[in-house]
Amino acid sequence: MRAVCWQGVHKVGIEEVPDARVINPRDAVIKVRKAAICGSDLHLYDGYVPGMMRGDILGHEFMGEVVETGAGVSNLSPGDRVVVPFPISCGNCFFCEQEMYSLCENSNPNARLAEKFWGHSPCGIFGYSHLLGGYAGGQAEYVRVPFADVGPMKVPDAMSDEQVLFLSDILPTGYMAAENCNIQEGDTVAVWGCGPVGLFAIMSAKLLGATRVIAIDRFPERLNLAQRAGAEIINYEEMDTLSTLQEWTGGRGPDACIDAVGMEAHMHGVQNTYDKVKQALRMETERPGVLRECIQACRNGGTVSVPGVYGGLADKIPLGAVVNKALTIKSGQTHVQRYMKPLMARIENGEIDPTMIISHRVSLDEVPDAFAMFRNKEDDCIKVVVNMAS
Amino acid sequence: MAASLTQQPTLDRSLGWFSVGLGMAQILAPRALGRMIGVGNRSTVLRMCGVREIVSGVGLLSGRAPATFAMSRVVGDVMDFALLGASLRSPRSNPTRVAAAATAVAGVAALDLYASKVELQSSMAEARQDVPVHASLMINSAPDQVYAFWRKLENLSRFMSHLESVTELDERRSEWSARMPGGMQLRWQSEIVEDQPGRLLSWRTLPGSEINHVGSVRFEPGPGGQGTQVHVEIHYGMPGGPAAAKAASLVSMAPESMVTEDLRRLKQLIETGEIATTRGQPAGVRSMIGRAFSKGES
Repeated sequence: MRAVCWQGVHKVGIEEVPDARVINPRDAVIKVRKAAICGSDLHLYDGYVPGMMRGDILGHEFMGEVVETGAGVSNLSPGDRVVVPFPISCGNCFFCEQEMYSLCENSNPNARLAEKFWGHSPCGIFGYSHLLGGYAGGQAEYVRVPFADVGPMKVPDAMSDEQVLFLSDILPTGYMAAENCNIQEGDTVAVWGCGPVGLFAIMSAKLLGATRVIAIDRFPERLNLAQRAGAEIINYEEMDTLSTLQEWTGGRGPDACIDAVGMEAHMHGVQNTYDKVKQALRMETERPGVLRECIQACRNGGTVSVPGVYGGLADKIPLGAVVNKALTIKSGQTHVQRYMKPLMARIENGEIDPTMIISHRVSLDEVPDAFAMFRNKEDDCIKVVVNMAS
Repeated sequence: MAASLTQQPTLDRSLGWFSVGLGMAQILAPRALGRMIGVGNRSTVLRMCGVREIVSGVGLLSGRAPATFAMSRVVGDVMDFALLGASLRSPRSNPTRVAAAATAVAGVAALDLYASKVELQSSMAEARQDVPVHASLMINSAPDQVYAFWRKLENLSRFMSHLESVTELDERRSEWSARMPGGMQLRWQSEIVEDQPGRLLSWRTLPGSEINHVGSVRFEPGPGGQGTQVHVEIHYGMPGGPAAAKAASLVSMAPESMVTEDLRRLKQLIETGEIATTRGQPAGVRSMIGRAFSKGES
């Protein structure tokens, strides 16, 4: 079969690899119909996530058709159309039982490596480094899905592939980011980054009752979508983010701040140079400019929610502000399995249209170019969907 | 066991004298030796190798901790291969002579490997039980169920990765066989010392075994009656004692990380019915380092 393989920093290629197959009893093999390139794949592309190896198959957002099931999978049969959550979760452990699927204790075969970095290991994730299990991803013609009796959700005939594709990651991720803000009637939520996760966080914050949502980015096409989703916008190239937020909230600051940018934040001035140099020298793994700004902007007693991906160590985090302003910080890989059903219902009844963020549709062969385009934000690229059938 | 070891001191002595001789030559006549093996004038490197050879040689001849010194020769051989390979990049080297030297190193390396393996086997049986190993893990299942799974000793080879088989000889005694990293096979007999159903099992190895240890596993109810906290405590006899165990831990081969990984697999087996793995899944073209890493992956 053909698959998108990581070949080094800024190098992905299409390679002919052996077919995916059932290895464990609770596995299924899915013939991928649609996959997507995630903003977090760009952190792999840029070489900032440790534990990648040449030849790793990428992709953690995908949906398709079941072609084979292991002896332990009785809820799926060949021909079922399913969308697959990016966290691999057993459904039996302490964390899965409490619906904290991304913290599954049993799905990362390389847990010992993750423990060295973080103290404890999260779940395994498709195509996202050997620290998170080294599982082959879904930007491929076929993919092996472990614990297939827990993760994949069947899709009703009435819904299109593209409508359900983002249930695999970014829609639940944006939703959980908003849910983590504990939004109350009358709240103002500020969202940094109007990429797919930021946009879904904006929509979700509105659905969860936020009165105002303020979106911060610098790309006009992204800010346009944010506006369409109901947000007021700040283009930080033209306006100063912190003083504008102060002004718009009468000096109090937003009730909640969402960092939908993560480890490769774009910033201006001294701060930008400082983090770029330290990151290049591997003295810190992140450029946490947005996280700093979120903490600084947030109102006293407010919440900072971090769906953006961070991998290692960040410098100059204003911890004094966290303590003295009594902030709550919430984060985590998304417990996708918890949100798939309710969000599918919201798509079905028209409350959310996930397809509005799609800017490009490409074939498997076009994926390497699409990575470069997405990374460089060329051609107003917001979200790339890979059509496997073509 | 003892019979196969009778000729061993001879091999150790030969390797020891060989080491000392080679080391002297490297230190006293590095230029001539460099020309002979075709690497050109590399006096400093050769003198350093000479010191290493003499340390290994004297160690082997002293008869103390022979396993450690035999292993130091294996490490030295690997170093020599690397240096010979690197020397080929230099215009001063003579590829034909380097190839001949590499062949000679390969022959000696085979002997070294054999000697270190036999030594390790014999000294593991005799070392004092002074390397403690503790590991504990929470399992989402009741204590009597985890105990019952463990007490059926045949189950152990399903999650202890180095274990090949366990055969229960009677109520208390059992026969074990394991294959360690590097392919060395170990056999031993074990006897249950204490058996408290649902709570505790303890055991010790019997005389005549190729390794020796005493150990116990406790099954404690988790906080609030949720699940089981499994505690494993083993005291190993390891050649070289705690220091050698420390060194092994640097390369993740320490008994402690092995036991922890085994417990993790036990947890997966009991909670999910299978052991998480990526072995056998597809991948694109790997780099050389990648291929080596993939082999070690579970």
